[in-house]
Amino acid sequence: MTVSNDASDLKATTGAQGATGAKLSALFAGTMGPLIGLLLLCLALTLTTDTFLTVRNILNVLDQITVLGIMAIGMTLVILIGGIDLSVGSVLALASMVMGFVAHPDYLNLGLPAGIAAALVVAGLCGLVSGLLVTLTKLPPFIATLAMMSVARGLANMITDGSQIVGFSDWFTNLSIIRHFGFLSVTVGLMIVLAIIFAIFLNYRATGRSLYAIGGSAEVARLSGIPVKSLTNWVYAICGVLAGLAGIVLAARLDSVQPSSGLGYELDTIAAVVIGGASLSGGVGSIGGTAVGVLIIGVLRNGLNLLGVSPFIQQVVIGVVIALAVATDTWRRRAQ
Amino acid sequence: MSPDPRQSESPHNGLFVNGLCKSYGPVQVLADASFEVRPGEVVALLGENGAGKSTVSNIIAGATKSDAGSIIWRGKPYSPANPAAAIEAGVGMIHQELKLLPDLSVAENVYVGRLPMRGGRIDRAIMNAKASAQLKRLGLDVSPERKVRTLRIAAQQQVEIAKALTLNAELLIFDEPTAALGGEETELLFQQIRKLKAEGMSFIYISHRLDEIAQIADRVVVMRDGRIVARHERADIPVRTVVEQMVGRSVERMFPTLSPPGTDTLLEVENLSSPERSFNDVSFSVKSGEILGIAGLIGAGRTELVRAIAGADPISSGSVRVGGQPVHLSGPAAAIKAGVVLVPEDRKAQGVVLDQTIGENLAFGNFDHVAPKGWVFPKAVQKFAEAGISRLGVKGRPNQAVSKLSGGNQQKVIIAKWVSRPPKVFILDEPTRGIDVGARAAIYDVIADLARSGMAVVVVSSDLEEVLGLSHRVLVLSRGRQRGILDRSEASNVAVMELATS
Repeated sequence: MTVSNDASDLKATTGAQGATGAKLSALFAGTMGPLIGLLLLCLALTLTTDTFLTVRNILNVLDQITVLGIMAIGMTLVILIGGIDLSVGSVLALASMVMGFVAHPDYLNLGLPAGIAAALVVAGLCGLVSGLLVTLTKLPPFIATLAMMSVARGLANMITDGSQIVGFSDWFTNLSIIRHFGFLSVTVGLMIVLAIIFAIFLNYRATGRSLYAIGGSAEVARLSGIPVKSLTNWVYAICGVLAGLAGIVLAARLDSVQPSSGLGYELDTIAAVVIGGASLSGGVGSIGGTAVGVLIIGVLRNGLNLLGVSPFIQQVVIGVVIALAVATDTWRRRAQ
Repeated sequence: MSPDPRQSESPHNGLFVNGLCKSYGPVQVLADASFEVRPGEVVALLGENGAGKSTVSNIIAGATKSDAGSIIWRGKPYSPANPAAAIEAGVGMIHQELKLLPDLSVAENVYVGRLPMRGGRIDRAIMNAKASAQLKRLGLDVSPERKVRTLRIAAQQQVEIAKALTLNAELLIFDEPTAALGGEETELLFQQIRKLKAEGMSFIYISHRLDEIAQIADRVVVMRDGRIVARHERADIPVRTVVEQMVGRSVERMFPTLSPPGTDTLLEVENLSSPERSFNDVSFSVKSGEILGIAGLIGAGRTELVRAIAGADPISSGSVRVGGQPVHLSGPAAAIKAGVVLVPEDRKAQGVVLDQTIGENLAFGNFDHVAPKGWVFPKAVQKFAEAGISRLGVKGRPNQAVSKLSGGNQQKVIIAKWVSRPPKVFILDEPTRGIDVGARAAIYDVIADLARSGMAVVVVSSDLEEVLGLSHRVLVLSRGRQRGILDRSEASNVAVMELATS
């Protein structure tokens, strides 16, 4: 009985797997659905608007997704290990306020490099604390990061008693304005480089592969000798640092920092990762998929703007897209 | 309606199953199954996984519909449309995985769906009193207000039985009721079954523990490949006969012949104790090429002991030496580095990541081999996986999801994960749990090969035949204490059980 079952399984999978498809699907593992969705979306917008498929507009889309994109990389790691980080929006705000406070002439006036460094350290510490709450005190990640979300937002407000800090050096704001080689701003470049680094990390580094093991089953990973707790701490810390970096990018784009920035960004970020095919129960997901998810959200917002759709309706549409993306993914999985 | 011929032959008021058939697509899972259960008797239904036991019980319990055939129950044709209809007719089923609501009270679980009401509110006093009476009938002293979550598995099972009793069940189907029970708890369950039997209740009893059958069953029905292959009018038939009928061939050489152990002592455990006292002051050693079996009842501390040696759980005192070197058991990683590997008890929850491929699963735990400088390349994983697959004879390919494999092949994947290191000490906890009788022999061969290649092997099993057939020596635990180490020549069923129950 057992033998015949095995044989039929073997045959079924051998037939289904093509040799060339395997290589392509390795890069965008499990993201074919979202990728097709993105292409259809672009096609529809190209046909319905004159302005969508222009170099200028595409560059605009890229500029608009940098903050979301950088945060989504960290969120991908967290969701991969079966966690969630609700604090990224607040950490973004706290990091940018720390940067402003340390760097701005009206406050500590220690210069932007010091400000950026301080921001990244604080953001990393926020993530590390979330991680420790999960690994040491065994809080569910939802609760640990919900707490951090509140704490970081409060701290962000405390720094200036709720007021914004405006005006940074030109070189700083130029990071997001000047397009080198005619197309690439430093901030967009940063996002792309980070995406590539983390894609390589997740695909080809032992530590990256270990995250898939932890998400698949933390106990299996632990018994396989993978340091589950320390990797979990690292993942939350890195997610925090990337949220802080996103805060710095946002500051450069706006030439100001405010404690209320990043409100609700955690949900956009989670949405992008989930649209990109990651499973909230962990073990499934990729940077390629997340990139597609971020682009879907970015293109959708941009396209709806071009079409003159009100921001309120945009929210409805994005909600529908999240439900559709995850539902199709679930159906597909069940069909297998 | 013409009377059923068999009913007139043996005029009793029990259950007659006549020629039940069931197919899922082209696969026939049940073919012409016929048997009867008389009032006040226990019929054991035996067979390998997939033999059709569950299908036939699900049809009787109303969870599945048959394609052909008929059932007579208490003199009337019976074809329940759903479990509720079966319960209405007095047929209940106690599933292997208990279907209770853990955060409700015992009484609420017993009366869920038909809570006694008074004036639009639940009448808790009546509910608790009635539930209490049923629990007393089972000889169970548990407050009806206690949350089910706080009860032990055995007590939870009693709650399920109490629930069936309040539903006036006259036929109860037990699916592997003792899988999670220890010796005393099993005995209590048997006592209850005997008592209810005397009151005229009938039972269909499904179990993999063949040694239980003689104790509890009146008659035995053996199934294979969806067919009934044997009916025994008595239950005290030799286990060997039943196994041969279950697997459909003679099982002459179930266990491989063991090679004599080497001389080097690879594993030395001294005065090991756990913080929770689940095992206490255990000392033993295992030589190269030797297989040490660890026997004991459930709850004796066997799993806890081997998990501690593999670094999975903390110890409070004692020491472990591997190849003469003391090992600081700070975690699984340290144990693996020292050469101690564990194939854990719960294959699906602790052994493999089901949704990931064989290749990935083999790579987890071997990144030091597969990725010497931390770089993992698909080709290296593929090559590593192919080597493991061919060494263990896994029926699968590197990029196949582990969830698609049979239990036996999943177990081989876990063994393959460790075998290439190579480890010094190989620990296997319940290596054949949930694996078909026919596929077990292959696992036994693998275990014997591990020893032959010079490793020290430790095997924990609840299956006494397995421990005795596979081990050079048998360590017996009882309530966390080491009761003795028996040599293969002196280790018999009786000798081990005497120590295990001491």
